[in-house]
Amino acid sequence: MQAASPHNQHQDQASGTPKVGLFVTCLIDLVRPRIGFAAISLLEQAGCLVDVPQSQTCCGQPAYNSGDDNHARALARNVIAGFESFDYVVVPSGSCAGMIKKYPPLFQGDPAWQQRAEALAARTYELLSFLVDVRGFRPKGVTLHTSATYHDSCSGLRQLGVEAQPRALLASVEGLSLTPLPGHDICCGFGGTFCVKYPAISNAIVDEKARDIEDTKADLLLGGDLGCLLNMAGKLHRRGAATRTFHTAEILAGMGSGPAIGEEG
Amino acid sequence: MSLTHPESATSSRADNPFAIPFDERVREALDNKSLKIAIDRTTNTARVKRAAAVASWPGFAQARDLGKRIKDHVISHLDHYLVEFEANAIRSGAKVHWASSSDEACAIVVDLCRKAGAKSVTRSKSMLGEEIGLPHALEEAGITRVETDLAEHIVQLAHDRPSHIIWPALHRTREEVAELFRTHHHRPQNSDDIESMVASAREELRGRFLAADVGISGANFLIADTGAICTVTNEGNAELTTTIPRVHIVTAGIEKLVPSMPHALVLLRLLVRSATGADLTQYTTFHCGPKRPGDRDGPEEFHIVLVDNGRTKMLGEGLEEMLRCLRCGACMNHCVVYRQIGGHAYGGAYPGPMGSVITPVLDGLDKAHDLPEACTLNGNCQAVCPVDIPLPTLLRGWREKSWREGLEPQVVRQSLGLWSFGARHPFLYRLGTAIAVRGMRLLAKQGWISSMPLASGWTRYRDFPKPAPRTFMEEWKQHQNKKARSQA
Repeated sequence: MQAASPHNQHQDQASGTPKVGLFVTCLIDLVRPRIGFAAISLLEQAGCLVDVPQSQTCCGQPAYNSGDDNHARALARNVIAGFESFDYVVVPSGSCAGMIKKYPPLFQGDPAWQQRAEALAARTYELLSFLVDVRGFRPKGVTLHTSATYHDSCSGLRQLGVEAQPRALLASVEGLSLTPLPGHDICCGFGGTFCVKYPAISNAIVDEKARDIEDTKADLLLGGDLGCLLNMAGKLHRRGAATRTFHTAEILAGMGSGPAIGEEG
Repeated sequence: MSLTHPESATSSRADNPFAIPFDERVREALDNKSLKIAIDRTTNTARVKRAAAVASWPGFAQARDLGKRIKDHVISHLDHYLVEFEANAIRSGAKVHWASSSDEACAIVVDLCRKAGAKSVTRSKSMLGEEIGLPHALEEAGITRVETDLAEHIVQLAHDRPSHIIWPALHRTREEVAELFRTHHHRPQNSDDIESMVASAREELRGRFLAADVGISGANFLIADTGAICTVTNEGNAELTTTIPRVHIVTAGIEKLVPSMPHALVLLRLLVRSATGADLTQYTTFHCGPKRPGDRDGPEEFHIVLVDNGRTKMLGEGLEEMLRCLRCGACMNHCVVYRQIGGHAYGGAYPGPMGSVITPVLDGLDKAHDLPEACTLNGNCQAVCPVDIPLPTLLRGWREKSWREGLEPQVVRQSLGLWSFGARHPFLYRLGTAIAVRGMRLLAKQGWISSMPLASGWTRYRDFPKPAPRTFMEEWKQHQNKKARSQA
């Protein structure tokens, strides 16, 4: 493993085309690749040069949240090494972006790695917050005539302050009306490994969430974290609800007329 | 059933909730439909009122920060303030006792009751009393205990345990309480309306307040520079417990110290608004020493039992931030897990997120390791905590210890180990995910998978969408290759 090396990321920044490494997240990789392509499209529209390092796998959150620090550290090293050459790391998930920001304390007593972890954490952003806060981006010419409601996923909301950004971006989509979701800031019961370790509690939570979503009568459910979206979409489908679920990036990238989660396309 | 023999039917189940596995406690709670109704009624109101109270307090964030700093200061100078409090309490005429464990604390209280020749004691609910098992100790000593908090009165009649730290009987609906009063009260009211139910309880308790030899209370704050204790209630039962009987015994955790009255007032505002959304409770009382010559009322003896019971251990083991806790209950009112399973399922004296941090200290991580795990780490508990306790971080700390000590089930350890091994080897990982995606697609019908081996925890309750034909990485590689070919 190479030692900390000087970064050249600011050269690209200076030229106005930042080099962005997209961290795809394991769930997007496995279940819904189109979110990754939507993210690339939005980042390119926002004037970034995007690459997806092949060495990436998982951010290590399942291990970290289970208290398995050794494995979490090993996966953190893999992410740090894979993304060090970029100006920014952008993640279409508040939860995984938040995990990368939690790397530094994992390397207490290892100053070289801690420094690399800190440098990476400082350059890491959740996709929508990057688009708005760093790039000042607004989508142009995107139309979708329908109604939607929005769920704020917990890591993005409370750890990274992602709340106004998705709403501002969605307001630029012509024809889209956003209905507030009561309890939009209440956890959906996904919680990573929580939902499979304590399925009955998780079910009780998401059942309540699904009822709230159905009560809005909105056609679409939107959010920024595929884990939460899979949980809610899976429950809505089991309940026989007509609500269709998309990642916000898909809507913003003009992919909202395609298949929703669970629809064959 | 008479109030004078309330404990006779206490079951062993209630004595040791940890004897029942966590999953079973959870199932029992989830199956109890009226429990959910009761939880929703109280916590929904509490959340709305707290939000309004915070919104109408422009200085809330500053007060929260100040409250946090006051508690941190006291906790890092605990020895100093304990000595100061003791000296001032003695000066006011109080007798100060020290207890390092719950058994010691109970022994001191029981001994004081015996010396006072007490046949009947009134108790104003305190969480510390629950923590140290005082009700049980009094019962064993043959001392009649009368719970005076309305909710504790309900809990006592039902041979139950408290399920919330502010609303001990939160788990019971009004309808259930009316039924309980009809069965147990000597002159029950016919009506189910709250006013007449309260009147019935008042009539039941009034004589017992007057007849008690000893009153036992907790303390919300111990004020170092005066030696006074502060209690807050909405029913006035603490005042009737601490002033009428000849002897008043306070049991309090050592972390309840504050340097002075102004500090107590900062924390008091944070406590009450976070707990109930009210500006203040109906009764906020500062007690300082026993009755003095010329005083019209007050106890002749005033004892303060200062209890450690794991607190200094928390100080040494990275849990010092938990000692900031004001016991307001906001974390449980806002916890998605608490709001589904209620307080009893947690097993310990303290439920909800704060209980999940404290219970492993009090009852052992081996018994309580499920509690820090059964949390989505969504962070709302910290967001609403009036002293900003990093509950998710502390809970993860317990998970780390559980992992180190091998308390997690083997199947969890093995699957995570396998996942992590794959994720550390990108080539293997790509191969594995490509195979997994194709395998999962075979299970799908009309876009959804409703039963998946090894993932029954998910598919028992929800469907899983059929994955795309190829992983993102496969698609991306092809996309890149195409681009390279077109550029060549």
